Amino acid sequence: MNKQITLAMGNGGEENNELISKVFYKAFANEILEKSEDAAVIHNGELAFSTDSFTVSPIFFPGGDIGKLAICGTCNDLAMMGAKPKYLTCSVIIEEGFSLEELEKIVDSMKKELAINNAVIVSGDTKVVPKGSVDKIFINTTGIGEIEQKGVSANKISEDDVILLSRDIGCHGATIFAAREGIELSSNLQSDCASLYVQVEALIKEGINITAMRDATRGGVSAVLNEWAKQSNICIEVQEEKIPVSQEVYGLCEMLGFEAMNLANEGTFILAIPKADAAKAINVLRRFENSANSVEIAQITQEYPAKVILKSGHGTKRFLEMPTGELLPRIC
Amino acid sequence: MGELQLKDLYTGFRDPEVIQGYAKLIEEEAKKLSSPINIMEVCGGHTHTIMKYGLQQLLPENINFLHGPGCPVCIMPKERIDHAYILAMQEDVILVTLGDMIKVPGSKGSLQDARAQGADVRFVYSPLDTLKIAKENPEKKIIFFAIGFETTTPMSAALLDVVVKQNISNILFHINHVTVPEAMELLLADDECKIDAFLGPSHVSVISGSQIYDKFPSEYKKPVVVGGFEPVDVMESISMIVRQFAQKRCELEVQYKRAVNTEGNLKAQTLNENYFEKAPHFRFRGLGDIPNGGLKLRDEYSAYNAEVLYEELLKSELIDDHKLCICGDILKGKATPPQCSIFGTACKPSTPMGSCMVSSEGACAAYYKYGNLL
Repeated sequence: MNKQITLAMGNGGEENNELISKVFYKAFANEILEKSEDAAVIHNGELAFSTDSFTVSPIFFPGGDIGKLAICGTCNDLAMMGAKPKYLTCSVIIEEGFSLEELEKIVDSMKKELAINNAVIVSGDTKVVPKGSVDKIFINTTGIGEIEQKGVSANKISEDDVILLSRDIGCHGATIFAAREGIELSSNLQSDCASLYVQVEALIKEGINITAMRDATRGGVSAVLNEWAKQSNICIEVQEEKIPVSQEVYGLCEMLGFEAMNLANEGTFILAIPKADAAKAINVLRRFENSANSVEIAQITQEYPAKVILKSGHGTKRFLEMPTGELLPRIC
Repeated sequence: MGELQLKDLYTGFRDPEVIQGYAKLIEEEAKKLSSPINIMEVCGGHTHTIMKYGLQQLLPENINFLHGPGCPVCIMPKERIDHAYILAMQEDVILVTLGDMIKVPGSKGSLQDARAQGADVRFVYSPLDTLKIAKENPEKKIIFFAIGFETTTPMSAALLDVVVKQNISNILFHINHVTVPEAMELLLADDECKIDAFLGPSHVSVISGSQIYDKFPSEYKKPVVVGGFEPVDVMESISMIVRQFAQKRCELEVQYKRAVNTEGNLKAQTLNENYFEKAPHFRFRGLGDIPNGGLKLRDEYSAYNAEVLYEELLKSELIDDHKLCICGDILKGKATPPQCSIFGTACKPSTPMGSCMVSSEGACAAYYKYGNLL
């Protein structure tokens, strides 16, 4: 591992995992943490507990802002464990000189997103630091949720399950990249940033027996599928042409040499569902605008345990690896 | 007629039925061959198309690919990366370059490491974006570390053109532009060379024309097909090469006729010639010194040449790769990445030891990323 922290170590991919396992897990190891779920399951399996920090730049982007993201991010981590988000804390680090008007706009976004989740902020902290110490504003949220369906876990996916995807991928990553680098696109591209508990709640109410769920944030769909393949020691065989990618995201990927599967999402999730429940789960998801195009994308086998295989429409196959490095555009 | 969408530009070139159709055609033609054909795809872009779409899996056993030296990041020797590192570490300098050049390790580390140490290193999509950085930072020297084959050279020349004509004093250049035909000739001069034919990169010929390969069929008796980068383009190009062998022909052919002609882009060529001339020598990583293999700034533009202005800081000592790294043999088409003892173990995209593992166009990165199920 590199002796200094590099941007690649925060990419949600291989370097990020290495940093977490060799530094944090090494020091903090315990049974709950080592399960590597989206949220820790505590209190006899009744509560889910999760934290996340938000440092996005730019702080306002098409489809959302850092405030909306800070609520969606933590609430979604809870929702992915089958938990109803209830109580959040909010800690804000603000750079001297930041505009009060923008801060109020961010807080207003947070308020609206909390209402969607029916969750409340019950504690918080505010720090103001000298100019240059942080990039405008950093927000940390921590949340507790009540587990509505027990046993959701990325560690128990089997050949009895299939993999579903809730919507088209890469919108958040592509939006942020285009906004950050000043790439002007004449398109409707916007972040998929959204709260997911509403969909999860509907699945639970319909009696779907969810095996595992994960929102495909940093590292994208590639990272989630690879993590699941390793955690459950299974082979995930993905049919490439089934993965929905919007015209806008495809365009940006073509132009810069990116893969949509590696781009971040903030309102797109992947589900492992027993084969018998898959069609019903898709019907439930399709009731919602944010998951109207949900599809089955992969089967589980034991052909190459702990690996993800991408199968093409022209009859070839290859491994889908964990993303590595910083997202950098191709040269020519 | 509806609005033209980007998807319309490539969908047909990824059509599964067309790809499979070419696979059948190649299989039929390949039955007529008396011996296997080793096709070198010169450019890393082709390597990635072949690996990403698993094209080798569709081809008969007597058609092999050799991966070539046509990746600007892979062929950059350590001493040139050290130049970039040293320049980036100067207090009043912003170092600007393209894409994943910032990940390649030199002897002191990569530009990414320099950035972690506090250096101001930025990547741009187009060299012309450097103008904005220069305008926003009038107190800094902006050094454009120019890299790439024929494809990216006109973009550097266009930046130089603006800088010279507008007399912008805070943009300097470190030129590392290289050329494809000289590298191909060097490979053929090797006694152990296994190359039977070349798949030439279409984007190079969009600029330089197909004419740059004239001598390969005539003097070296090696067919060249200039091909595009989509899977259908590559499959059609392979079919054209195989057919030449089946019919005992040896010619220069263009598959990518939608953008390549004999002469190329004359305007871009003139712009290049205004500012650059052949460097007598340019050392390619793994391949060694290639006479006329690179370009340098013309002497009249020395005032913009960072290599001249910072000469005292920049060492000219040559630095070889780690002794276990076989990037050199891979770039020459003599070895494939899995034959390297450190492939995927000590050398991975997250901890690259050789440049072929760093670049998104590198052969090792392609093997690592896309695996090989066959």
